[in-house]
Amino acid sequence: MTKKIRVVAAMSGGVDSSVAAALLVEQGFEVIGLMMRLWGEPEADGGVHNRCCSPDSMAQARRVAEQLNIPFYAVDTQQTFKSKIVDFFIDGYVSGVTPNPCVECNRHIRWEFLLNKALSLEADYLATGHYARVRALTLPQGEGERQYQLLKAIDSHKDQSYVLSVMGQAQLKHALFPLGEYTKPQVRELARKFNLPVAERPESQDLCFLADGNYRRFLTQYGGGNIQAGPIIRTDGTVLGQHQGLPFYTIGQRKGIGVSGPEPLYVIGSRPVENALVVGTLDELGNDRLTVSRAHWVSGVMPTESFQAEVKIRYKAPPISATITPLPNQRAEVAFSQRLRDITPGQAAVFYNGEVVLGNGIIERETP
Amino acid sequence: MVTNSIYLDYAATTPLDPRVLEAMLPYLRDDFGNSASVHSFGRAAEKAVEGARRTVAEILNCAPDEIIFTSGGSEADNLAVRGGALAAREKRGARHTITTPIEHEAVLATAHQLQQHFGFELTEVPVEPTGLVSGAALEKALRPDTALVSVIYANNEIGTIQPLAELAEICRAHKVLLHTDAVQAGSQLELDVQTLGVDMLSLGAHKLYGPKGVGALYVRQGTPLLPTQTGGAHERGLRAGTANVAYIVGFAEALRLTAEERETHNQRFAQLREYLIAGILSNVPECRVTGHRLERLPNHASFVLRHVNGNDLLMHLDLAGIAASSGSACKTGDPKPSGVLLALGLEPEWALGSLRLTVGRGTTEEHVERVVRLLPKMVEKLRAENLVHA
Repeated sequence: MTKKIRVVAAMSGGVDSSVAAALLVEQGFEVIGLMMRLWGEPEADGGVHNRCCSPDSMAQARRVAEQLNIPFYAVDTQQTFKSKIVDFFIDGYVSGVTPNPCVECNRHIRWEFLLNKALSLEADYLATGHYARVRALTLPQGEGERQYQLLKAIDSHKDQSYVLSVMGQAQLKHALFPLGEYTKPQVRELARKFNLPVAERPESQDLCFLADGNYRRFLTQYGGGNIQAGPIIRTDGTVLGQHQGLPFYTIGQRKGIGVSGPEPLYVIGSRPVENALVVGTLDELGNDRLTVSRAHWVSGVMPTESFQAEVKIRYKAPPISATITPLPNQRAEVAFSQRLRDITPGQAAVFYNGEVVLGNGIIERETP
Repeated sequence: MVTNSIYLDYAATTPLDPRVLEAMLPYLRDDFGNSASVHSFGRAAEKAVEGARRTVAEILNCAPDEIIFTSGGSEADNLAVRGGALAAREKRGARHTITTPIEHEAVLATAHQLQQHFGFELTEVPVEPTGLVSGAALEKALRPDTALVSVIYANNEIGTIQPLAELAEICRAHKVLLHTDAVQAGSQLELDVQTLGVDMLSLGAHKLYGPKGVGALYVRQGTPLLPTQTGGAHERGLRAGTANVAYIVGFAEALRLTAEERETHNQRFAQLREYLIAGILSNVPECRVTGHRLERLPNHASFVLRHVNGNDLLMHLDLAGIAASSGSACKTGDPKPSGVLLALGLEPEWALGSLRLTVGRGTTEEHVERVVRLLPKMVEKLRAENLVHA
C-alpha cells in the first residue's frame, strides 16, 4: 500500500474550510487540521476577540476534525499577526492610505507562517478553503522546474484569487484549493452530503480583528493619537473646512464631508504631512493611470516590456483593461483607457490575463 | 480506540486497571441502590461505600470517618482550601492563607478566589529552583491569623517531592492547618497521614489507574471545615450528594492495588525514567531537567529545551506516535510558559520549551528507547526552523 500524501488543511470552523478538508479526506490524502490563533482585541471578560478564531469557531473546527477523524492542532501566531497585519493596518491609515490587511495576511501569515508549519510537519501541501485554482504547467521537454499558475475560481462571485495574488512559485507548488472547481451552492450541497455540522454564518466583509466592524473606533483607539482633525482644502490650498481624521474619508466620497461649493465636491486625496484632506470637483476626481510599488509576479519572472492585462483595483472591482509598464525598484505603471474615479492608494492592484493571475502591486499615493 | 501511539503522559491520566473495572461493574449493572436509603437496596450500597472508605482509611492510616469521598482531586482541593479557610475564619478570625506558586490550579484558583472575593490575604512562599519549599521560608510567612497552608506533595509538572513531615512540624508548632494535594503523589508515594503529619490530603482516582470523576479528601478529626457542596447529610454533612457507589468502589480498589504493588512498579518506573533522562540529556543539546534531580516521582522525567516551542514539539511527537505533554502548550493555541516554570526562575526562551514524559504500568523499554531515538533529530529540526523564521 502506497503511503498517503500528507496535507495540512487550514481550518476555521466555517463551511468552506470544513468542506475543503472533507474533500481531501475523501480524495485519500492524509489530512491534518490546523487552526491559527490570531490576534484579537482584549475583551472585558479577559478573552480576546477575533472572529476567525473565537472559542466558538475553534470548537466548531474541532468538531469537524473529529467527524472527519483527522488530527487537529491549534497554532499560535498572535504576535506575528499583530505586528505584520494589525500594526500594518494602523500604520497604513496613519500614513494616508487605505491598506488591505487580508492581502498581507495571505502574504505573511497563511502562505508564509502557516505554510512553513505545514512543511515542518512534513506535509507536501497546505490546503485552504479559498475559491481559487492552481494549475501546474507541463514542462517543456522536461527542462527546468515545473511552473505553476494561479487561476480564478470557477465561481466568479466567490473568486478569491485577488487576495491570493501575493503567492509565488514557492507557495503555489505546495498549495491545494479543493473548492476552486465548485460554485458556492455546490459547496453547500457538499456540506450537506458530508453531514458537516457547520452553521451557515452570515458572510462578513468585516476584518476579522475588528470586534464590532467599526474601523473608525479601532483606529481612534489604537492609532496612538496620530489621527487628528485637520483642514479640508482644494488643490490650490484654499481651506474649506475641518475633517475629523484622514482615515475616516474615502476617495470619491461626496456626502458627509461638511463642505459645500458651487459644484459638488468629492474627496480626491490627502496630504498627510499637513494632515489635510483634499477635495475637488468631479473633473479632478480620479485618474486614467496609477503607479504601484512592491510589484510581485506570480511566475517569479519580472516582465521587461509593457503588456496588456485586466486590472482589479480593489477586491470587488471589475477587471478593467490596462497597459502595464514595469519600472525599476519593483514598481510598475498601470495605464487605463478610461478615467477611474475610485483609485485608492494602499489597495492592491491585481493583474489578470483572463483567468490567470499575473501578479499585483500596492497602489501608491499621489499628492493631489 | 485502536492506536499505535506510545503513551508517555501517565501524569495526565492513567488507563483503568481491568481489576478496578471488575470491582465497579456489579454497582453499575446490578446493585444500584442509594446508599442513604433505609431498605435493603440502600444497605447493600452503603456496605460497598463504607467498605471502600475503610480500605482507603487503612492505606492512609487514619479513621474511616476522616475520609470524605468527592468527585475528584479538584473538588477535594476546593473543599480543603475554601472549606478550611472559611471555617477557620468563623472559628478564630483567621484571614490569611499560604500556598506556593507551584500548586495545582485547583489550589491556586481557590486561594485567589478567597483573596478576591472573601477578603483573605494570600502569601505564596517562593520555591527554590528545584521546586522545593524550604521550612524556613514557610515559617517566615506564618502569621497568627493564618488559616491554613497548602503545599503540593509532589508537583505534577516538575515531579519534585516536598519534605511534608518537616513542613507539618512547623505548621503544628504554629497551630496552623496543613493541607496537601497528593493527587499526583498518590500513584507512587507513601500516603500514611500520621507520618506525613498533614491535617488534610487530596486524592484523585484517575491518576492511579482508577476511573475519572472520583477522589477523596482526608480531614484530620477536629479540623473545622465548612462544606463547599451543601445539601443532604452525606459524608457527615461535609459533602452532599448521593454517593457515586461504583466509582467510590473503583477508587478504593485502585488505591488498594496501588499500595500493594507500589514498590514493584516504582523500581521499574525509576529505571525507565533514568533511561529517558540520561538518553535525552546526552543527546539533546541545551536541555535541562526540571524539578529536583533526586527527590522526584519515580515515573517523572521533565525537561526544558531552549529555543523550542513546546506546542510545536507536542504536535510533532503526536504525529510520530508519541503522546507527551508540556507545561507551556495550549490546546487552543495560546501557549504561555507555565506559572510553575516561571516560579522556578526559568527564562522564557527555556520555559516555553517544556516537555514532560511520564511512564506507567504499560510503558516498555522499547517505548522509551523510541523516544530517545526520535527526540534529538526532532528538536534539532525545530530549532533550525525557529532560527530561519525568527
